[in-house]
Amino acid sequence: MPVQFEVNGKPVAVEVEPRLTLADCLRHHLRLTGTHVGCEHGVCGACTVLVDGAAVRSCLILAVQAEGAKVITIEGLSLKDGLTPLQASFRKHHALQCGFCTPGMITTAHALLSEEPDCNADRVREVLSGNLCRCTGYISIIEAVLDARAAYKHDGKGA
Amino acid sequence: MRTVNSFIGQPIERLEDFRLVRGHGQYVDDLARKDMLYAAILRSAVGHGRICSINIARAQKFAGVHCVITAADLGHPTPRVPMRLQPMPEFEAFGQPVMARDKVRYVGEALAMVLADSAAIAEDALGAIDIDIEPLPAVSNYYIAAKNETLLFEDKGGNVAMKFRAALGDAAAAFKDAPYSRRESFSTQRHTALTMEPRGLLCEWDAPRGKLTVSGAAKVLFFNRRIIAKQLGLAEDAIDMVECDVGGSFGARGEFYPEDFLIPFAARYCGRPVKWIEDRREHLMTMNHAREAACDVEIACERDGTIRGLRGHAFVDVGAYMRTNGAVGARNIAQFMSGPYRIPNIDIDVSLLLTNKTPVGTYRGPGRFETDFFRERLFDMVAHDLGIDQVEFRRRNLVREAEMPYTVATITPFESKDELDSGEYQVTLDRCLAEIGWAEKAKLKGKLVGGRYQGLAICCFIEGGAAGPKESARLVLESDGTLTVYVGSSGVGQGLETAFAQIAADAMEMPMDRINNVFHGSTAYVSDGYGSYHSRSIVMGGSAVLDAATKLRQTMCAEAARRFNCGAAEVVLADGRVLGPDSKSVSWAELASEPISVEGAFLNKKHTWAYGAHAAHVSVDPKTGHVQLIDYVVVENCGRIINPLTLKGQLVGAVVQGLGGAFLEHLAYDDNGQLLTGSLADYLVPTASDFPKIRGVVMESHPSPINPLGAKGAGEGGIISVGGVMANAVADALSSLGVEPRDLPLSPSHVWQLVQDARHHGRSAAPRIDSAGHAK
Amino acid sequence: MKLPPFEYACPSTLSEAVALLASHHGEAKPLAGGQSLVPMLAFRVASPSLLVDLRKLSELRQIRITDDSVTLGAMVRWREILDDARLRTAHPLLVVAVEHVAHYQIRNRGTVGGSIAHADPAAELPGIVVTCEAKIDVVGKAGTRTIDAADFFRGPLITALEPDEIITEVRLPAWSARRRFGFQEFARRRGDFAMAAAALFYDENNGNAYNAHVGVTGVADWPLRLTAVEGVLDGATINEATIARAEAAATAAVDPPDDIHASGAYRKALVGVMVERALKSAAV
Repeated sequence: MPVQFEVNGKPVAVEVEPRLTLADCLRHHLRLTGTHVGCEHGVCGACTVLVDGAAVRSCLILAVQAEGAKVITIEGLSLKDGLTPLQASFRKHHALQCGFCTPGMITTAHALLSEEPDCNADRVREVLSGNLCRCTGYISIIEAVLDARAAYKHDGKGA
Repeated sequence: MRTVNSFIGQPIERLEDFRLVRGHGQYVDDLARKDMLYAAILRSAVGHGRICSINIARAQKFAGVHCVITAADLGHPTPRVPMRLQPMPEFEAFGQPVMARDKVRYVGEALAMVLADSAAIAEDALGAIDIDIEPLPAVSNYYIAAKNETLLFEDKGGNVAMKFRAALGDAAAAFKDAPYSRRESFSTQRHTALTMEPRGLLCEWDAPRGKLTVSGAAKVLFFNRRIIAKQLGLAEDAIDMVECDVGGSFGARGEFYPEDFLIPFAARYCGRPVKWIEDRREHLMTMNHAREAACDVEIACERDGTIRGLRGHAFVDVGAYMRTNGAVGARNIAQFMSGPYRIPNIDIDVSLLLTNKTPVGTYRGPGRFETDFFRERLFDMVAHDLGIDQVEFRRRNLVREAEMPYTVATITPFESKDELDSGEYQVTLDRCLAEIGWAEKAKLKGKLVGGRYQGLAICCFIEGGAAGPKESARLVLESDGTLTVYVGSSGVGQGLETAFAQIAADAMEMPMDRINNVFHGSTAYVSDGYGSYHSRSIVMGGSAVLDAATKLRQTMCAEAARRFNCGAAEVVLADGRVLGPDSKSVSWAELASEPISVEGAFLNKKHTWAYGAHAAHVSVDPKTGHVQLIDYVVVENCGRIINPLTLKGQLVGAVVQGLGGAFLEHLAYDDNGQLLTGSLADYLVPTASDFPKIRGVVMESHPSPINPLGAKGAGEGGIISVGGVMANAVADALSSLGVEPRDLPLSPSHVWQLVQDARHHGRSAAPRIDSAGHAK
Repeated sequence: MKLPPFEYACPSTLSEAVALLASHHGEAKPLAGGQSLVPMLAFRVASPSLLVDLRKLSELRQIRITDDSVTLGAMVRWREILDDARLRTAHPLLVVAVEHVAHYQIRNRGTVGGSIAHADPAAELPGIVVTCEAKIDVVGKAGTRTIDAADFFRGPLITALEPDEIITEVRLPAWSARRRFGFQEFARRRGDFAMAAAALFYDENNGNAYNAHVGVTGVADWPLRLTAVEGVLDGATINEATIARAEAAATAAVDPPDDIHASGAYRKALVGVMVERALKSAAV
């Protein structure tokens, strides 16, 4: 069936089976491969994208449910050149190793910081507890997110 | 090599991050090809059985299905997964056919493969394959395996695939009149690396040119190419193994699995590119399992705590087949039970028991996590018995610098000797004590605070790294004066691009930003590569880069001398230019008008030994069995630090994986060989909120004498002590209750049960297995 | 783990939705937040022929607070409950329970109706509706009916819903301002399903408790009201001795099975500890 929605500010129109998840639609139909698939059952968080501003697991949303929605992926949270403050903070703190969980982490952190730029370490840990990482042990990720708060406090965007 | 303003030793932010933080990494599932087919594999739902029939007719007619492959299509005999490490003839009988033909031996074993227009259709079609399996009794644990009533391989007499023995000195004599001895049994549970990216391959067969391209390879690409070449009857140079970005390995991804034959086979068979991406459910039942081990060991000491000897029996549940490196963990349990300690008399045997479970392989610190848990638990028990402070007990028995090289127990068969190279183990112990604040916190040991008991523990470890025999690197001075680096080492997320750029920049005495790229892993990059395992890449790959740099500099001098018409000795390499006599000079770019490509290599037969200590401070809630990790410190000395940022990342990341093994992760099977842990809702890995305080401290001194960098492999030390230190900390906390943990994981239910048992029986339950591996 | 094939419909009215469910004779399922249903499809343990997406039914999205009740529309998401400042006083027990639900991303999508219809024995909201004696309104081809929470849960993932019925709203009795309440959950990791959880409240008169409601999850096939524990609390002063008796009564009242995460004996003891700790936090 046909579906129309917006991805990273651009309108898209695709023809998909109802059973196609939003994650697979983004990755394979739209070739936005920055969103990763790590479990397909809503546990690991690697597939996190923003749908109408909220961080969600795109492996648990059907593409057809995204009709009319505004979707933002890691590609939409990146600059054409250079790194955003959040991305630069991840790099500075060595908050990634293999990089597979990273788009999901950054997307979730961005959603949190956009809503709560004054969040504390416990809140960051709680919110990121839905994103699994096997490489870093999380300590550096928490530090990176906390360090990026400053960028969200001034203009509330930071992306 | 440049020593001023050196890049080596600096916490350089990673080059690979630029693409990874922006979602521009290219993992194998991100690749697409025209006319691509998707593979799905039918996996056995039965743990042990005889295949009576397999009917693919309905599946073949499924809309969108291109073909269905069974073992019958693969040739006779069915190709088998080879052993890469310890490939002894005794193991051959237990090799895994890439697809089951007559018998299935574990839940998850491949039965058939569907090639279809989409992954969804391929998976749909699996349901249309009719398979009739006559179930056989399942050998579901070591005790049952040891009874040999049901055999996995009927033509072999038993389920013991091999028995290794570690020996040193004369253990019998050491125990004969020992003033003190204690015998205990311990066990660790089955768990696994659980990489965030599941496995995948994209294979392409170019029929006119007879060329196979395999994307998604990792870890040991050149070895795997050799295998595929042999199995498919191709020349090695007709095969390109391409390494993409890799979402973690930890020793498990990249080994040769059945799919590493099946997918290339399918590409050639179908004449179209074939993509296979494992899903998480499959991953849990097919990626190498690890860590399931038990032991019955005895220690003998003098009254002052000096260790006389260690002897006993260990058992490893190796699963249904011996795959590429399934013997490594077992061997390590026996050979490295002594760790960094002086144990002059050793006699430990380890039996590899076949069961109807997923086969095992290496997982970060293979066998070392298990054996350190066994040893360090025993040490705290002994120290307590003898009335000696647990720190002092360790200090007394640590190998001293003056004793190095210190030979550890010899392993037979596959005669393997090893010796500890360099270091002052007491220094890292002292540093760890200081960092955790042991002196101030000691008064909290065993105390009840706010309804929870507090405990402290410390353990020492060694980490073997830098396995040989060789690694290769190639440097290319490009015609724009930049440098391209190629290395045979495999990137699995550990930051090789950055570390090798640092090493190359220092070796070439040039700025890092003139290194345009570091390419790694793929077989096209160097002529003879080996890969990443046993924490070898910095030492082996880095030293190969050094060798290539030395050779490149010589080549540049020779070329400049030719141009200047002078002797090579009269030429000086400066930053970006080459200077000759009579003020002659040429830029590197001009010198490389034809790019200059030079290969280097490093050969090695010895291991490096990074070392250190772990300490933990916990509080335990006796009513819920919950263990809170208040503070955790790991100190590691790795000889020479290349990048302290990435090194600390390895330490902390490894600790958290170890904590998962200590408390949360368990691949549980039932009596029928059914894997009960089928999803990430049941296989529990640590999350961001579980262990918020962990500190990694890196030290360098006592460079390794066995490589020009002086470095020591350090990717695994962070995991090795975690089981032991956490169990000791819990024991310390609950010592007033008489709780003595002997088994992992320390789930809340388990800790609670230990408390109940201690309350009702006065002490924790008695040892659970005997020397033959039989349950008591 | 690609999803099995199904048809998809996104009706604009409730009656359309009911008609669609009815027309597929038990093979169709409503789709709310998808956080529980989609994983089941991914594991192919459910294979409905049709999914009926409820997202256009705006009448199911209301949160209404009156003097008699707190009503949550079936499509109200966890996030909306946490963001509705009124609920912090209108039903604080509901809010603290919802804070324990899963993870941030799940809470942005998961719904009240979806959770109750899914009926996981360790889920928070089923525990709250049982503890608080909520009423669950549903609509099906036979019309509307109201089901008491006590009668709603019939087994693990099994409810009293007919295949053509859709939950429209959940009505919790109004909260009393001076009520004491507690919520304690123990899970392996934050956000995991509870190994045992207790939700309770009581009112006080002259230092004695009355109207005690104690519900537990994670220890049986559905959420349990522990009337034995309520019996210990009603009429009693909530002191250490009473709490100890309540803990013992809770442990005695349940008989959970063993599973890969915990033994039944452990869960039995744990539920007592959850009741004890919930009472201690209520008394503060």
